[in-house]
Amino acid sequence: MLESSTGKALESIAPTPSKYMRLNLGPSHPATHGTLRIFVELEGELIRGMKLEIGYLHRCFEKMAETHPWNQVIPFTDRLNYVSAMMNNVGYVMAVEKLLGIEVTKRCQRIRLIMCELSRIVDHLVCIGTNAVDVGALTCFWYFFRERENIYDLFEAVCGARLTTAFTRVGGLYKDIPDGWVEWCGRVLENLPRTIDDVDGLLTNNRIWIDRTRGVAPISPELALEYGFTGPCLRATGIAYDIRRVNPYYEYGNFEWDVVTETGGDTYARYLVRMQEMRQSLRILKQALKDIPEGSVNVDDWSITLPPKEDVYNSIEGLMAHFKLIMHGIRPPMGEVYSATEAANGELGFYIRSEEEGAPFRCRVRPPCFAIYQAFPEMLMGQTVSDAVAALGSLNIVAGELDR
Amino acid sequence: MDQTALQKQPLLVDPESSAGEEVAFTTRLEDFVHWGRKNSLWPLPFGTACCAIEYMGVVSSHYDVSRFGAEVVRFSPRQSDCLLVLGTVVEKMGPVLKQIYDQMLEPKWVIAVGVCASSGGFYRAYHVMQGIDSIIPVDVYVPGCPPTPEGIIFGMIKLQEKIQKGGIVRARDRHKLDR
Amino acid sequence: MLEIDINWIDSKYPGLLAVAKEFILGQEPMSPEPVIILKSEGIRVVVPFLISSGERPMTTMVDLFAFDYLKSKLDMPERFAVVYQFANLMENRRIFLKVYLDEDKPEVDSIHDLVRAANWFEREAWDLYGVVFRGHPNLVRILCHQDFEGHPLRKDYPANQFQRLKSSTSSQGL
Repeated sequence: MLESSTGKALESIAPTPSKYMRLNLGPSHPATHGTLRIFVELEGELIRGMKLEIGYLHRCFEKMAETHPWNQVIPFTDRLNYVSAMMNNVGYVMAVEKLLGIEVTKRCQRIRLIMCELSRIVDHLVCIGTNAVDVGALTCFWYFFRERENIYDLFEAVCGARLTTAFTRVGGLYKDIPDGWVEWCGRVLENLPRTIDDVDGLLTNNRIWIDRTRGVAPISPELALEYGFTGPCLRATGIAYDIRRVNPYYEYGNFEWDVVTETGGDTYARYLVRMQEMRQSLRILKQALKDIPEGSVNVDDWSITLPPKEDVYNSIEGLMAHFKLIMHGIRPPMGEVYSATEAANGELGFYIRSEEEGAPFRCRVRPPCFAIYQAFPEMLMGQTVSDAVAALGSLNIVAGELDR
Repeated sequence: MDQTALQKQPLLVDPESSAGEEVAFTTRLEDFVHWGRKNSLWPLPFGTACCAIEYMGVVSSHYDVSRFGAEVVRFSPRQSDCLLVLGTVVEKMGPVLKQIYDQMLEPKWVIAVGVCASSGGFYRAYHVMQGIDSIIPVDVYVPGCPPTPEGIIFGMIKLQEKIQKGGIVRARDRHKLDR
Repeated sequence: MLEIDINWIDSKYPGLLAVAKEFILGQEPMSPEPVIILKSEGIRVVVPFLISSGERPMTTMVDLFAFDYLKSKLDMPERFAVVYQFANLMENRRIFLKVYLDEDKPEVDSIHDLVRAANWFEREAWDLYGVVFRGHPNLVRILCHQDFEGHPLRKDYPANQFQRLKSSTSSQGL
């Protein structure tokens, strides 16, 4: 087990004068990705104590979820992990559908899976890109953001927004994917491996990158489990936990792909895990884009999804259902459920309680970064300030998810 | 008054030279200073949330804000002149924003990018500041959630127009002059 | 709520009843998840058992959060509740523990020394709901700003009641 080199409780840095120099990083800082504030006690360049402060982006998601109808919570979920918005959408509606006890159509499941994997790629592109910028490798950032633009175009064609998509609805999707989108997606994904290989060639065996990231902020598997790590940060310590494999949802169990693990738990391992995960996501996408099931994307239950406009205007049942849904909203039955998906950072869980009201009674988000960031001081005892900067980028702490 | 206005000024021709080379043009000091200021805005990206990710797209190669002279992002308030507030500013972050704004040197401008910075966005919640203009003065508001990179660039161009139109000493600071 | 399905608990979590029978009040009826309702004194007995029992203990505390049942349609035993989620990740075995707390004095023992992950989660529950965790080393605000008054996620706190932070940028507790 790792122990702090000073031996004192990490939460209590004494306010009295100490022999160490105090430095404040953030919350407005080029290297803190988002609004994170870090106080470090330094002996020279070595970190002897660290205290974190969060909450600089607390946007009251859980309160907003209690005051907005079930479908109107979806834009709020976008802004949780805003780098990969689709995955949050899918996570939330999966929980509500579990409450309702319905299963979405096969076409909807496949499209949601495709969007999740595209979001995962997009998230890892940002994480590695910004991690590289912090360490000084600016080229990789430009390369990856060029690829992001291509994927943004795909998202924009599907739902109109590049970043905060709000694509899913309870029981289905906003609308079906347009014609030709699948072929376009295939073409975009053909270019992506080349960019990943380019950056791989620039970084993975680069002497400077290895010196800056190997052995930086390591964590042992036991400590990682105790802190509640999930996702790439846990897989970098060697534990092959991936919800898509352990508890598969949608069609992850039918596709061929590998869970990526590394050993060491340090920044270099996390970087390698993310690079490989992008390749595995591409593998899944290649299989998923073939033979998308036909049919409707919405569940055929007009008390949950809006009826098609032909029925609204031409049948009395459609009109009534439309009216009831707009005025009354969906009313999941009483219950409490927990549903977790494998988001880009780890296990994104939603614990939702319904009391048959128009809005959730309680919508708890279990943010993956919250658990990971808590271990940050422990991972950095005795390392230098520049290691702190390099490690922070590798953890992919997204303040929208951390503070909600 | 923009570049075309500058070109209408009379050109001084060198009388010694046989080819009649143009050696100088005249303009107003204000226009010249504004032209220099607007084309070399050094932004301070005060990035908090999703709009910061769109801003990363603006500085990237596809949308390339360096065409407008603004690619030198400086995270120090002493070295920058345009504060771009990108994303939601919550109450906890308010004093930080005010401190950064106060530390910037004149002339300085503020662009509130996104609806969260302009007015709180769709977060009518207990911890979200309903617009940064309650604590700092804003020059340009860019709506959108998040605004597309074209929108952010449009906001910067609007700021450039505003800079070109204004006096060297801005209207809100004129009362400080000893006149 | 007061029905304890002994066979079910014994088959899913062997050994738990032997350790903690007197603390278990029942199972949450409205949830398909395995939610076991405990007395608040039982937390410090059940948690060490879960994280160290047998060959495959549930070492990971996945989540810890609070509930406010003030405006509930149902007749809930108390106003506040704290839910703990433990899991053995690789085997996907999970358990939810729910502890109901008194409205006037919502207190429960902290488990930060048993599970390191609990530290921040308990601070967040204190910040947003006002649940006191006895023995927590640093129970101060984590998400809301330091001058915030009240506990915003309680049902009697209106969503748009703003509170401006006027003081300087010094942080809490330092």
